[in-house]
Parts: sequence; C-alpha cells; structure tokens
Amino acid sequence: MLEQLLFGIEVALNGLMTGVLYALVALGFVLIFKASGVFNYAQGVMALFAALTLVGFQNGQIPFAHLINAVLGTNVHHFGWHLPALLSVVMALASVVLLAVIVERLMLKYLINQEPVILFMATIGLAYFLEGFGDMMWGSEVKKLDIGLPVGPSDSIESFTYDLFGYGFFIDRLDIVAAIVAALLVVTLTVFSQYSKIGRALRAVADDHQAALSVGISLRFIWVVVWSIAGFVALVAGIMWGAKSGVQFSLSLIALKALPVLMLGGFTSIPGAIVGGLIIGVGEKLFDFLLGPIIGGATENWFAYVLALLFLVFRPQGLFGERIIERV
Amino acid sequence: MEIENVTLRFGGVTALKDVSFDILEGEICAIIGPNGAGKSSMLNVINGFYHPDEGQIRFRGEHRPTLPPYRIAHMGIARTFQNIALFRGMTTLDNVMTGRVTRMRPNLMKSMLWWGSAEREESENREFVERIIDFLEIQSIRKTLVGRLPYGLQKRVELGRALAAEPSLLLLDEPMAGMNVEEKEDMSRFILDVNDEFGTTIALIEHDMGVVMDISDRVVVMDYGRKIADGPPDEVRNNQTVIDAYLGVQHD
Repeated sequence: MLEQLLFGIEVALNGLMTGVLYALVALGFVLIFKASGVFNYAQGVMALFAALTLVGFQNGQIPFAHLINAVLGTNVHHFGWHLPALLSVVMALASVVLLAVIVERLMLKYLINQEPVILFMATIGLAYFLEGFGDMMWGSEVKKLDIGLPVGPSDSIESFTYDLFGYGFFIDRLDIVAAIVAALLVVTLTVFSQYSKIGRALRAVADDHQAALSVGISLRFIWVVVWSIAGFVALVAGIMWGAKSGVQFSLSLIALKALPVLMLGGFTSIPGAIVGGLIIGVGEKLFDFLLGPIIGGATENWFAYVLALLFLVFRPQGLFGERIIERV
Repeated sequence: MEIENVTLRFGGVTALKDVSFDILEGEICAIIGPNGAGKSSMLNVINGFYHPDEGQIRFRGEHRPTLPPYRIAHMGIARTFQNIALFRGMTTLDNVMTGRVTRMRPNLMKSMLWWGSAEREESENREFVERIIDFLEIQSIRKTLVGRLPYGLQKRVELGRALAAEPSLLLLDEPMAGMNVEEKEDMSRFILDVNDEFGTTIALIEHDMGVVMDISDRVVVMDYGRKIADGPPDEVRNNQTVIDAYLGVQHD
C-alpha cells in the first residue's frame, strides 16, 4: 500500500515537471494575447523553428543546403564547425528577434485595427509558412539537441528518497532544470512588465490601443517587443522539449496541449498559464495512474481536453482570466 | 496651431467641411456645437487619429506632414477622450507615469537590465508625476486601480496622464461630461490652473455653456461639419447664426 502511495507521489511529481513544460509553451501564447489580443497559432511552430535554428547553428549546418545543392548541383551540408552552446543560443535568440521584426514588417503592420479573427487567421498562415520554411532551411530529419543541460535520472534524489522511504524516486534532472528556468522566466517577465517603462507601455497597449497611441506609444514597436519576448519564450520551450525528445515536427504539436492549459488558466494570466500547466501535467499523469488500468489506458491523450471542456462549461474565463474570451 | 481648410470624409459622409481656425499660444479655446457637428473629428484630426482629406495643419508655423498619432504625441500634443480611455488594469500612479513616455528615452537594453541610468530616469520622472498628482489632489488614490474609481476621479486621472507629458497643446474632449456641479467646478478650476501655471494651450470640447463661457478665451462654433462662428465668448453668445443654429434652439 505504502509502495503504491509512494509510486503515486512519484507519478505526480513527474506530472508536475511535464506541466512546467506545458506552461512554458502556454506562456508564449499568453504574452502575445495580453498585449495584442491575438491568439498566436504559430507559437508552437515558433518553438520548433527556434529549436531547429539553434541546433542548425550549433552543428554548423548550412541553411537551405538542400535547396542550394539542388539548384547549383553542389554537395554542401556543413560548414564543418561546431559552435559552443552559449554562442548558438545567443544566435538563435537573435534569429527569433529578427523573426519578430519581419513578422511585424510583413504582416502585423498591415493588419492594424483589423478584427482579432483576421489576425488569428494570419497567424495560422504564419504557422504553416514557418513550418515549411524551417524544413527547407534546416532539413526535416529528427535532430538531437544537446547544449549541455543535465539529463537522465537524478541519483542523489533517488538515493535520498530511498534512504527516507525505502523507495527511490525517479526524477529526470532535465525536468528540474526546466522547472528552475520556468520559475526564473516568470519572475523576470513579471518584474519587467511591472517595473520597467517598456513593461508599462506593454500593459498600456494591452488595455487600450487608442489611449496608448495618444500618450506617444508606438504600437508597432511594442508589437516587435512582444513578439520578440514570445519568440524568446518559444526558444526556451523549444530547448527544453528538444533536449527531452529531440527536435522534430511533433514539437509544434505540443502547442495543442497548451490550449487546454490556457482554457484552464485563462488567456490573459501569466500565473494562470503556470498553474494551468501544472494542473494538466499532474492531472493527466495521476488520472492515467489511477484510472488508466480500469478503462484501458492511453488517457493522457485526451484527459487535458476533457478537463478543458469541463472548464469551458463551468468557468469559461479560466481560473485567473479577466473576462470571458470572445476573441478566439 | 493653424487649421487651414480642413476637409474630412468617411466614405460618402463629410465630417468636416473646409474648416479653418487658429489656436493661439497660451489660450483656452473651446469648440462647441450640436451633436454630430464634427467637434470630436476635429480633435482627432489635430492629434493625428484622422488625416484630413484636404487642407493642412500648421503647428508652430510649420506645415505638419501626415504622421502617426504617437509621433504627434512626441511633438507635445496630449489629449483626453470623451469616453474615458484609461489603462484600467493599472494604478493611478502607473497611468500618469505612462503619460511620461514622450519624456523618457526608449532604451530597451537598459530598461531590461535596469542599469543605473534607467533607474535615475525613472525616479526623475517619478518626481514630476508626483507633482502632477499633488496638483490634481489625487494623492489618496495613487495606488488604486483606476477601473475601480468613480467617474469624476477617472476623468481627473486622465487629465493627469495628459499633463504628465508637459504638453504644449492639450486637447480635452468633453472633460466635464457626466459630472455633477461640484465636480464641474473642480475640473474648471484645474483647467484654469493648468493654463495659468504651466502656460499650456488648451483646446476643449464642452456642452455646458455656462462653463464654456466662463473659462474660455475664445469659442469656435461648429455645425454640420462647418465652422459657423469664431470669437470671444461674449461675441459668440450674441451671434445670430449661433443662436439660430445652436444656442437658441437647444438651450433655452
């Protein structure tokens, strides 16, 4: 019995860690939604693209190698170097900022004062474009992402809990790193938005576009900032997921798991994204652990969505949301 | 500021038709007229939300090219709105601080890392903002979310946000709409004090004729998108066209 209970706790803990990763993706959605009222369908693909770019830079891959080879008849694939992890992270970060600028220049600029649903459609287009573009640029095979983050079970936790309970907990060290990074990210973002003048401008734009313009805030500049920050969060999420399960197309599908997280937490709340992610992470693991054997397993695939549906019925604004979302 | 032959159309509707008038440095200029006369459109043209289809705006003697509203804010034109447009999720203090945007140099890196100079800049601007807050007597609600404030106070905070920019031209769109007598008196006093103390030029739209006649140096009357009179309050009050079009019909 005790063994069962301890195993249950271990499952819950692991769920918590998965939840952190969901929360990271959801955070990117919330940031853009708060500042511009746009639900950015491309957030998941941005995470994939950021991770692809990071791996590409690190391994010295030549961008568009396939295209170049096909057109010029050459056979080049690599620059033949291997960049240090930190440098490639910085370069990937610069790329997502550049992406934000390009998105603003080529897309958002022309959609000022349009209905949110039009902006939403535009982000769907962006998602598919970016997906294909990422493939073309870096190739479509599954890539290993290794920037030196610790992976594998934590021996110290295992032995510590073994001594304590006579049962060793299995916890991936990567998950612990992800949890710490997520916590840091949330604290930084909160401090930034509460106490800096750009953060204040971000909140102002979120509250009222016209008034923000009238006090001299440039919407376009703010959008670049917001999309850059969302790109940064996407990069972090991409690194964590990529390190866990390799950089591959399915990475962009984790965005779908972020949807129930957002419905739980509310589209406009940063703490909501975190708490929602944790609830879904723990919930789906525990549900599978407790009821999975009875109803035939594989509950992890649908549990989050059913939970989100229940929330839509009984509390459509989510746990921390400000108002009922009529925009998506 | 000179407004020269401004015409503004929305599709087939002509909101402003060949309107010309000046706003002189240091004066309080009221724009009045029945509903739909084009007063708010006029204000929106001045602050750059709308761009005139014909005619031009001259600011400090120079032709002003078509600019986005936030650039015009940087030229020293601040405004308030008819239906209060505050940042509801922010405190009074933050709202007024936001008004300082045009006075702060945007520097993303510094503000992200909170380096010394950004901090110094923040506290310098904070000092000015505290003066505005004292001036408008809203110390007691500094930390309150503005969404929770009563209407009259919200209007005052909005004025504070506009003042924080130290504007050379302040546009007020119905600053006294929906206020009781006492609140109107307070607001009139603030407007006169702002004009006195900071020397700010003020253009305002107002429906309360008593207030308009009391506080303004000059009155511009509009009807159906045209200017029908322009002059000191007493002159306008006795102008037959104005009485016919507006005062005589709708106000005793």
